[in-house]
Amino acid sequence: METNLCVAGFGGQGVMSLGKFLADATCNSTDKNVTFFPSYGAEQRGGTANCYVVISDDDIGAPLGDVMDDLIVMNGPSLAKFLPTLKKGGRLFLNTSIVPDKIDRDDVTVVKAPVTEMAYELGNAKVLNVIMLGVYIGFTEVIDPAIVWETIEHKLASKPKLLPLNKQAFDKGLELGRSQR
Amino acid sequence: MSRVFMKGTEAVAEAAVRAGCRFFAGYPITPQNEVPEYLSRRLPEVGGVFVQGESEVASVNMVYGAAAAGTRSMTSSSSPGIALKSEGVSYCASARIPMVYCNFARGGPGVGSIQPAQQDYLQATKASGNGGFRMPVLAPATVQEAVDMTYRAFDWADRDRTPVLILADGVIGTMMEPVVLPEMKSDEEVAAIKESKKKWACIGHPLDYAHRSWIEPGQWSTQKMQKCNEDAAALYRSWEKEAEAEEYQTEDAEIILTAYGISGRIAKSAVNLLRAEGIKAGLIRPKTVYPFPNYAYDKLDYGKVKAILDVEMSIPALFVEDVDMAVKGRCPIETCLCSGGNIMSRDAVIAAAKKIMEG
Repeated sequence: METNLCVAGFGGQGVMSLGKFLADATCNSTDKNVTFFPSYGAEQRGGTANCYVVISDDDIGAPLGDVMDDLIVMNGPSLAKFLPTLKKGGRLFLNTSIVPDKIDRDDVTVVKAPVTEMAYELGNAKVLNVIMLGVYIGFTEVIDPAIVWETIEHKLASKPKLLPLNKQAFDKGLELGRSQR
Repeated sequence: MSRVFMKGTEAVAEAAVRAGCRFFAGYPITPQNEVPEYLSRRLPEVGGVFVQGESEVASVNMVYGAAAAGTRSMTSSSSPGIALKSEGVSYCASARIPMVYCNFARGGPGVGSIQPAQQDYLQATKASGNGGFRMPVLAPATVQEAVDMTYRAFDWADRDRTPVLILADGVIGTMMEPVVLPEMKSDEEVAAIKESKKKWACIGHPLDYAHRSWIEPGQWSTQKMQKCNEDAAALYRSWEKEAEAEEYQTEDAEIILTAYGISGRIAKSAVNLLRAEGIKAGLIRPKTVYPFPNYAYDKLDYGKVKAILDVEMSIPALFVEDVDMAVKGRCPIETCLCSGGNIMSRDAVIAAAKKIMEG
């Protein structure tokens, strides 16, 4: 069993952190193989940033697959660029705050999450990635949410003031993800 | 030992520290900047020295100097930077100075591209500088292997007083994977390693001519220079028995995929999928690309093997030249290639293998 995930958005949306939190939590809590592979070229601010996470029971070949099982899209340009890589029957997690939720494929499952707005409601636009990670974990149950939270907690250890906000963000996301299962 | 989730570049840097490396000099280049970044913080913690040189040429020559003084020393770069370091590597090879360096290769030639590639194969294995020297070249396919090979490289370098190259690529460097880190050598062990080099290294000697250490990257006498070349050649021959390859599902294979480094692991996953479809595929993945593991190709049953498929991220194909010499015409060799910073597609490998088997 192997899951290929691509996370894509603008530089600054926390796309890399989202992927790293998930991959790190998988490393810490399971004996599965896992890879995280960032993709950023000589791109300008505001360009697309994306990363790949592969989780597998067997040895992992390429850390980025030819087709994606899951795709998290945080902005419009990423939808156009990566939707064609999503497999038939794949799962698309869409930031519907800034990406139109009408997509031109009917063979994939769409999980809608207005994470930019949700982040503003929580009072900090930066936590949209943690909300989206919650949505992904809540919907897929790929690993135990408690372990993912522990990983985030560990990463933010030097900034304890940010913990309550991030916990709230993660829980909101989990709830939204579970509600769409 | 518990596993930690680490980036390839940082894992290699930590492995070097644990192996007793106490000097690093380098110059920034994508995609290996986390090696110097990590070591600039880490080396001072263990009493080591980090220098960002003014250029690649300066950096490699600082490594030449530190290693000549008996300290386990390392540099790293990516393709165009590695080309610049060839001067210092050649001097180390000539003066028989142990040092380790790492190439997180990217697209080429020239500035090429900053994304991963395997276009430095011939440079790495045949001519890393002037003068026809050889050195062990280790090719990791996972972050764990990159760690283990780096740790081992320092022992190999010291044992034979030779440069050792870790030939990685931008994927191995920038990806994160779980790793189990090797044991940290104690200060006593690091000191003992340095002490053991006293016979030849410039560690500090009494002020008498007879016991002085000389670091000589050349000889005035042609006879002496030839003797140095002959001794080196004998050393290179002695490495043949240390060639190593991963041989996977080769016994009954009708098609053999062969690749090194990142392409090797992608080819391995293709072998699994081909097998699942009933195609008898196997893999030979050299872990040392110099010395080259000819033995793995000699062991194949050429009555069964219909073809060998060379998979590499280089156009034109380079690794295929060593494969060709190992196979010696015993079966046809086809290629599956990409380059310029594009990463090998598993689907493309599978399609190429199927085409051969159906054709």
